[in-house]
Amino acid sequence: MPVGLVVVSHSRALADAAVVLARGMLPGRELAVEVAAGDVDGGLGTDATAIAEAVTAADSGDGVVVLMDLGSAVLSAETALELLDDDVRERVVLSPAPLVEGLIGAAVTAAAGAARTQVAAEALRGLAPKQAHLSGGPAVGGG
Amino acid sequence: MGRASAHPGAALGCLTVADTVDGAALTAWVQEFARLVHEQRDALTELDAAIGDADHGTNLDRGLAAAVSALDTEAPADPAAVLKAVATTLIRTVGGASGPLYGTFFLRASSALGEGDGAALAVAMRAGLEGVAARGKAEPGDKTMLDALGPACDALDEALTANRPLDEALRAAAEGAARGRDATVPMVARKGRASYLGERSAGHQDPGATSATMLMEAAATALAGRG
Repeated sequence: MPVGLVVVSHSRALADAAVVLARGMLPGRELAVEVAAGDVDGGLGTDATAIAEAVTAADSGDGVVVLMDLGSAVLSAETALELLDDDVRERVVLSPAPLVEGLIGAAVTAAAGAARTQVAAEALRGLAPKQAHLSGGPAVGGG
Repeated sequence: MGRASAHPGAALGCLTVADTVDGAALTAWVQEFARLVHEQRDALTELDAAIGDADHGTNLDRGLAAAVSALDTEAPADPAAVLKAVATTLIRTVGGASGPLYGTFFLRASSALGEGDGAALAVAMRAGLEGVAARGKAEPGDKTMLDALGPACDALDEALTANRPLDEALRAAAEGAARGRDATVPMVARKGRASYLGERSAGHQDPGATSATMLMEAAATALAGRG
């Protein structure tokens, strides 16, 4: 089974749309992508217990890479690790990658059957194509 | 398990810090914390509006109301279970950064809580403080709740080491927290949304340090007379 992915965001709509975008890169391929986003009332917020449940649901034994937006999403993702059983926790990677770019890199790699360290590395490299492309263009200031 | 209406120390007429911090005492602490936050909800949110995202009061009020309600329903049997139930409820219901931060405080305090006396409470609070520091990757002076919790735990340890009774020690802890809270005003925020403001965050009291002071004031009020 491929590595599973979890998307953590303050916004359910943002997370769902990011997953739709990523799945668009995976025609005909299976991939477990779970979402833990929004607060208990459907507003903006994050919930470590929901993240822990999403990780458990996404894990088929080969581990999970968690992508997240920022701020309390990071703190909640780390807190979720404390709520997981030791054996599951060892199979989870919290990715510092940017959410959208990282998720797409991770989804394509995971669906191709890569191990979670490779999936996490590809997520982290998610910004590289855009940076390479735009930094090669005409100078727009900065240094 | 009944409420701690009487204990051996009181019966003997001597002030000890032993056998006083049971599940009922911890429940009373959380109830008092919830009451203070509810009362000051708008003030907390106003502080957060100045440098944060204007949700600290409403988020924490919602989380603590849920925690009080969970303790009412579940009535956990032992003191560590009380703190654990508070932790998981806050994590689930707060939504903002104070959820995982206060959640981690109570989670680590729950794990570290030994036999229910004052010294055990101090150890649990110190473990909670260290959990908050680790979770937020914050240091003293970053203009966070740590700036209130740190001086509070230091004052609590110092008072207990000097063999002062628990209620006095907790009063000293609350005063330490308040001094630490006041000291956040000139600080420049280095964590959270406020850190984007840089120098412009100076001149505002930190909302996290303000609610953390309420946590310590609640302990001093709710646990008074128990040691």
